[in-house]
Amino acid sequence: MPATSASWFTPATKMGLSIAIATGLYGISFGALSIAAGLNLWQTVALSALMFTGGSQFAFIGVISGGGAASAAFSAASLLGIRNAVYGMQIKQTLRPLGRQVPWMAQVTIDESTAVSLGQSDPAEKRRGFIAAGAGVYVLWNLFTLVGALLGERMGDPAAWGLDGAAVAAFIGLLWPRLKSVEPIMIAIAAAILTALAVPVTAPGLPILVTAACAAIYAVATGRRAPAATEHGELESIEEEKA
Amino acid sequence: MNELSWWILGACLTAYAIKLCGFFVPRRVLDSPAMSHVAATLTIALLSSLVTVNAFTSGQELVIDARIGALAAAIIALVFKAPYLVVVVAGALAAILLRASGLAA
Repeated sequence: MPATSASWFTPATKMGLSIAIATGLYGISFGALSIAAGLNLWQTVALSALMFTGGSQFAFIGVISGGGAASAAFSAASLLGIRNAVYGMQIKQTLRPLGRQVPWMAQVTIDESTAVSLGQSDPAEKRRGFIAAGAGVYVLWNLFTLVGALLGERMGDPAAWGLDGAAVAAFIGLLWPRLKSVEPIMIAIAAAILTALAVPVTAPGLPILVTAACAAIYAVATGRRAPAATEHGELESIEEEKA
Repeated sequence: MNELSWWILGACLTAYAIKLCGFFVPRRVLDSPAMSHVAATLTIALLSSLVTVNAFTSGQELVIDARIGALAAAIIALVFKAPYLVVVVAGALAAILLRASGLAA
C-alpha cells in the first residue's frame, strides 16, 4: 500500500478519536459539577489538566460536594487512580517508550488510551491508538471541563445525548476482536462476573483492580502448568495429579 | 492559595506519581515469558472489566438501564462486522432511543 499524506489516519486513530469524543464531552459534566461542589474555576481546570483521570476527579469533587474533608477527597481520588499503574506497566511492555517519552505518556495513561492501544494487534497501530486516544481525550476533556465550568448546568446531562451508551459500545468494540477462541471468552466472562461481584462491596475504581489481580494470579498459575505438561512428559503430570 | 487548593495540588501530584509507577517496572521483569502470558490475560480481563463497569454500574450500585440496550446494539453491529465508528454510534443511538421512548432509564 503506498504511503499517503493521510497514512496516520488508520483504524486505530479513528478508534482513538471516536472514544475521545465520547469521553471528552463528559468534561462538561465534570466542569459543571465541580463548580456546583464549591471549587473555583482554577481548581476545576487544574484537576482536569493535572490529575487527568476522570474517575478520580469525579470522586474528589463528589466527596467535597457531600461535605467531606479535603483529606478524604484526596484519599478517594488516589485510591481510584491506582489502576493507572497497572495500565502503565501494560503500556511500557507493549509500546516500549523511550525514557524522554515517559513523562507525557504517563500523564495520558488512562482507561481509554490503554484500552484502544491494547485493542490493536499491530505494534504501530498500538502506538497510534494510544496517542490518538490519549491526546484526543486530553484536549477535549480539558476544553469541555472549561465549557462546563463556565456554562454550569445549563448544558444538561451528556447521558441524555447517548454518550454513556457510546462509551459502552466503544469498550466492547475493543474487546470483541480478541474473543476468537474459548479461553479468552472464558477469561472475559469470568472478569465481567468478578467485576460485577466487586462493585457493591468496594469503592468505585477498585473492581477493575480486583479483577486485574485475579487475572494475573490465574495467568501465573496456568502459565507454569502449561509448559510442564509438554516439556517433561507424562510422568511429571502424573506426579502433579498425585500431589 | 487556600487549604483546598493545596489538597488538590497534592492529589494531582499523587495521581501523576501513580501513573509513573507502572513505567518504572524494569523492562527485564516485563519481558519475561511469564509476564507476557500475564499481560495477554490481563488485557482481556481489563477490557471486559471496563465494559462491565461502563454498562452496568452507577457508583457502587449495579443497575440495568438504557446502557444494556447500547451494549446489545454494539454487539449486533460487531457480529455484522460493522466499522468501529458504526459500533460506537449504534451504542449512542440505542441509548437515546430507549430513553426517548421511555423503555429504559
